[in-house]
Parts: sequence; C-alpha cells; structure tokens
Amino acid sequence: MSTTPILEVTNLRVEYHGANRQVVAVNDVSFSIGEGEIFGLAGESGCGKSTVANAIMRLLKDPAEITGGQIRFKGRDLLALRGEELRRFRWKEIAMIFQSAMNSLNPVMTIGSQMVDIFTTHEGLSVKQARSRSAELLRLVSIDPVRLDSYPHQLSGGMRQRAVIAMALALEPSLLIMDEPTTALDVVVQQEIMAQISDLQRQLGFSVLFITHDMSLMVELSHRMAVMHSGRLVEMADAELMFDSPLHPYTLSLMNAFPPLTGPRVRLTGLSDSVRAADGSAGSCSFHVSCPPDLANCSGNIPDLREVAPGRFVAEHPRTSIEGTAA
Amino acid sequence: MTTSTGQRRPGTAPIDDVSVRVRGLTKDFPLGGLFSRRSVRAVDNVDFDIPRGTIVALVGESGSGKSTVARALARLERPTAGSIVVGGRDVLKTEKSAASRRYRGTVQMVFQDPFGSLNPAHRVEHFLERPLRIHGKARTRQEVRRQSAELMRTVGLTEDMLDSYPHELSGGQRQRVSIARALAVDPEIILADEPTSMLDVSVRIGILNLMARLRDERGISMLFITHDLASARYVADTTLVMFAGALVEGGESLELMQNPSHPYTRLLLSAVPDPARTVRYDPIHRARLRQAVLAPTTCPWQGPDCSRSVPVRHTVGPDHWVRCHLYAPQVSALSNPLLTDHDSEFDSELDSAHDSAPASTRKAAR
Repeated sequence: MSTTPILEVTNLRVEYHGANRQVVAVNDVSFSIGEGEIFGLAGESGCGKSTVANAIMRLLKDPAEITGGQIRFKGRDLLALRGEELRRFRWKEIAMIFQSAMNSLNPVMTIGSQMVDIFTTHEGLSVKQARSRSAELLRLVSIDPVRLDSYPHQLSGGMRQRAVIAMALALEPSLLIMDEPTTALDVVVQQEIMAQISDLQRQLGFSVLFITHDMSLMVELSHRMAVMHSGRLVEMADAELMFDSPLHPYTLSLMNAFPPLTGPRVRLTGLSDSVRAADGSAGSCSFHVSCPPDLANCSGNIPDLREVAPGRFVAEHPRTSIEGTAA
Repeated sequence: MTTSTGQRRPGTAPIDDVSVRVRGLTKDFPLGGLFSRRSVRAVDNVDFDIPRGTIVALVGESGSGKSTVARALARLERPTAGSIVVGGRDVLKTEKSAASRRYRGTVQMVFQDPFGSLNPAHRVEHFLERPLRIHGKARTRQEVRRQSAELMRTVGLTEDMLDSYPHELSGGQRQRVSIARALAVDPEIILADEPTSMLDVSVRIGILNLMARLRDERGISMLFITHDLASARYVADTTLVMFAGALVEGGESLELMQNPSHPYTRLLLSAVPDPARTVRYDPIHRARLRQAVLAPTTCPWQGPDCSRSVPVRHTVGPDHWVRCHLYAPQVSALSNPLLTDHDSEFDSELDSAHDSAPASTRKAAR
C-alpha cells in the first residue's frame, strides 16, 4: 500500500432533483484510495454508495447532479473532463464491474466479439490481435479460451462474472470499481471470485473501490473501509481495526445484520424495515440504534468525520465509544 | 460414536407428529426435443420429514434441485416417483392431477422474488381478499377488511398499507405481503423458496424473525429453502444439505454447522465469508473438497469410491446423519482421513466430537 492517493474524493455532493423535492444522495463525502489499495464502501441499500461509484465514473445522468466537491484521479480533475476526453478516460483508467454484472453482457453477441470490441475501439488493434489478447485475458481469469465463441447464456453465472472481470481488466486500468460484484452468486462461487480478484490485484497492482452490504466479505478483502449511511460517511478506518472495534453504533448494527455461523443462537433485531428517506426521516432513529434516554439527545444529523486516532475517522454519535480506540 | 444405522429413516416419529413426509421423491426433466428420450434427474430419491411446528431448512447451491423439491410439494411440478404424505394422505395418489382447494388451504408457498410475485396493477388488499374469499374465510366486505387488517398486523405492517400498490412498498414490505397472502388461508405448512435472497441486508433479519414467530405462535411448519447457511442456522430447527439432487447430510442446525461431515457441507461452510476465521482461503484444501464433491469417482481421502456404491446414511451424532462412505462403521475415527486431516478448522471441532482422534492445536486464536 502506497501513501500517494490515486483517487481523491473531496466533499462530494450529489443531488437528485425531483418534481417537488430534492434528495441529497451523497452529502459532503471525502475519502481517498491509495495505489494498490482495496478500499471498501459499506452500507445498506439506498445509502448512496452506488451513487458515489457512478459519480466517479461520471455516469450520473439527470435528474442526478454533482453539485459540489471534487474528484481527482492521479492529480487530474475528473469533473472537468468532457466528450472525447471522458470517453477515452473511462475503462482505460477506471473500469467498473456493475451490480448483477452477469446481466451486463450482450446476450446476442459472443463473449469474444464483446471483448474484441474493447481492444479495437480503445487501442486500435486488428481483430486478429484483439482476439489473441482476449484469449490471454480469459486465461487470466481461468476460463478456457474456446469460450470466446460462446454466447453468455452458455456460461454459468460464475463464468459470466469472470468474463466481466476479464473485460474490466482488459485495458489494465489503475482503478477497478466493483459494485456488489457477487450478489446473486452462491457462496462457493462468491469465494472463488473474491480469491481471484485478490490474486489479480496482487499480480497487476491496481486499486479497487469495493462496494457491498456484506460486511464480512468486505473485511476479508479490503485493506481500508468506510461505512456510509444516508449519504454521509459515519466511520472510516483500517478494515480489521473497524471490524474488531467499531466506534459508531451504526457500524455495529450493520455488522450484526447477518446472523453468525458460530456461537449460540441469539435473537437479532436487524435493521428496521421502515421506509427510509434521505431528507431526514422522522420518527425512529435512522441508525436503527436504540439509545438509553440519557443519550438520546441527538439531532439525527450526522456530523463530519473527525480523526480520533491516526487513520481512524468517525462521525461522532452520542453512543460513539471513543475509548475503544485505546485497544 | 460413529455408528451406522444405514437402514434407519430420518423420521421414525409417528405420522401424527409430522406435517409433511416425503419418501423417494424423484423428478426427471426431459431434455432435447419433443421425442427425445434424454432427461436430467433434478431430484433423486429424496426422503425427509417436516415435524409439526418446526422449520426445516433445505440448503444447497443454485441448481441443486432444492426449488424443485418445493415446487413438487406445492404441486406445481409433478414428481416422476415418490410419495408426499400430508395430513396422513399420500397427495400424489389421492389428488392425481393437481392440487385441490383443500390442499392449497393446507400448504402455501412464498416465492423468492417479491417484485415479481405481486401483480403491480392491484392494491395490497386484493392479494389478501382473493384467498380469503376463495377459501371461504370471509364473506362480507367488512369481514374481508377486518381479516386483511389482522393479517397485515400479524406480518408487521399497518392497515393503511392495504390501499397501497406494490411499487409503493420496499422489498421487505412486499415480502411481508407475500407472507400475509400465504397466511390468509390459515395454512399448516408454508414453503418458503429463498424468501430473503432478493432482500437487502437491512430487512433480512426481520423476515427471518417473522418466520420464527409464525412457527412459535401459530405452530406453522415450514420448509425454508436457502443458499445462506447463516440464515438456516439462525431460524431453522433442522437443516438438510442438498447436492446434485440428493440429500447428503442432515441434522439439528447448530450441530450440523458445528460438525459438518460431508465434504460438500464443509465446502459450503468454508466459503461463507467470516473475518473471524483464523484459517484463510486454502486453495489446496478447497481443491480437495471440490474434487470430492464434483468428481466422486476417486475419493481424495482414499475412501471407498462413491461411483461404485452409493453411500447410505450414517449417524454421526445425536440427530445428525451424513451420506458418505468415510463415516461407515468399518472406518474407525483414527484411520478416517476426514477426521484427522488438519487442513481446516472444522476438523478440530470434528476431532473433539470424536474423542478417539488426536486433539488439534489449530483452534481459533481469537
């Protein structure tokens, strides 16, 4: 892990404009990803984590708008890129694996022709050269190159996912964004895909922005991670440190949202099932935390992150256990 | 402790204590064209019981045949062979063509996708009114409204949501409506096919808790189909592991997850992400388990070959059985490579269960 950040997001703010209301999906979010670092972004659905990914890829369209902040990639201002510049930058510098990536393959084109497209478009290779490069890529993700002539429906879910990963790595991007890459895959396939990404990352040295709601999976893969809630970051720290001693009560709730595989069977409450609104939901605590009455003096607003220990940030909450950092 | 009762059936309980008894359930799907003779066996000779008032989890990977079992029980699929005994009657014999209204009043199903299983053109009340009227549970307008409201409260929703359309509800709320719809006919058995897999982490536990509550308060028996072992462990009394159409292991949920015995169960469990795990992903052990699971012609533990003789059920603990030759009584715990192999942390737990094997030093450090 190097200390020079490859991606720097500062005070990013994204708003969705509705007919009669505006929703702030990402509110003043700042983080950076170092070279060769795997950075995890966790949160439940609707917290704005995918919006962050789409903002970095510059994929946001109306009614979403980036209304503030900066995204710098290797020192360049991403938000200033226009037209052809932006087109060349995408996939070459930052590639993305989308949620339900298996369905992002074109069903009426063979895997090969979809991969060849990448090379002929971005690198101007001949079809023959592009095919041999594509074969190499498939071998990299342990798929037999004869599969170049297969259609997506002829591959299993895991293989399709691998093919999508191969396509994302085709132009050797410096940053790979993975938005819930393994939802809809069963656990065995999921673990194999994760091990493969981890191997490729060590081998090729790219950085990863990894988005998921599965905290366990994230801690296994990531070096550093952040937890997002209602468009705000609530905690950011080294992954293992955060897992061992979470400071923010919401981080703990998110970790306890999955039942454990060991220990006695205890009743969990999970996160609440109320309809959430990013514009300050009334009623129950949006963190799904029940505070004792003497601590329930919070406004519900999430404050800015504060560095409580080197590299350890938390948005303080009445129940934040700062003394936990000593451990 | 490793004693065999190869002939013993999983449920020797009297039929009165059993909601559903399935024996020899087999389903072949034809392959190829209209006149093709080829077929694939999706479910192969499956035997199990759902004791009254319990949740039985059926776990396995995608394509293992677990949904076909549920669909056969719901009479949405006609089995090739076998018997399904519900309420003391073999329903495949007594109701040959399809499910009767009486059967539907006993067995209800909750589907995986709450976005696809509710017609978007109707309000929530419609989904509850239909079963209430068809099954004669409510006859007047007021009765329907009163009972619908009651159902909504049972599943943790509010009465005013009866007037909502499905698109106005979140995924978790829609799944609760699906459960309310199943409850409307006051069933004894609910078949839940992956009820939580399409739901966000934030609402999963809520649905699992609801299932547990229905079991405890109303005594409803459930077949809970899932690929998430942690959910199965959390809510199910008994867990059955299915692989390639056959049940390979079964037992009390906590015991089974504590001492997974079949290579496939161990493969599944070792794949669940768990940061507290001391042993990281081990490709060699994984490859061995995979070989045992996918290419059973040669046993990676030098046990008897699974392709030559089909393994029978062996008891490995109280209320815990496995179909694997390595647990046959002639293989003692000491010579059993699955029990003395130190590749995985599960082995140490297995060892302690079989006190004749050497104790492992690889216990979790944390």
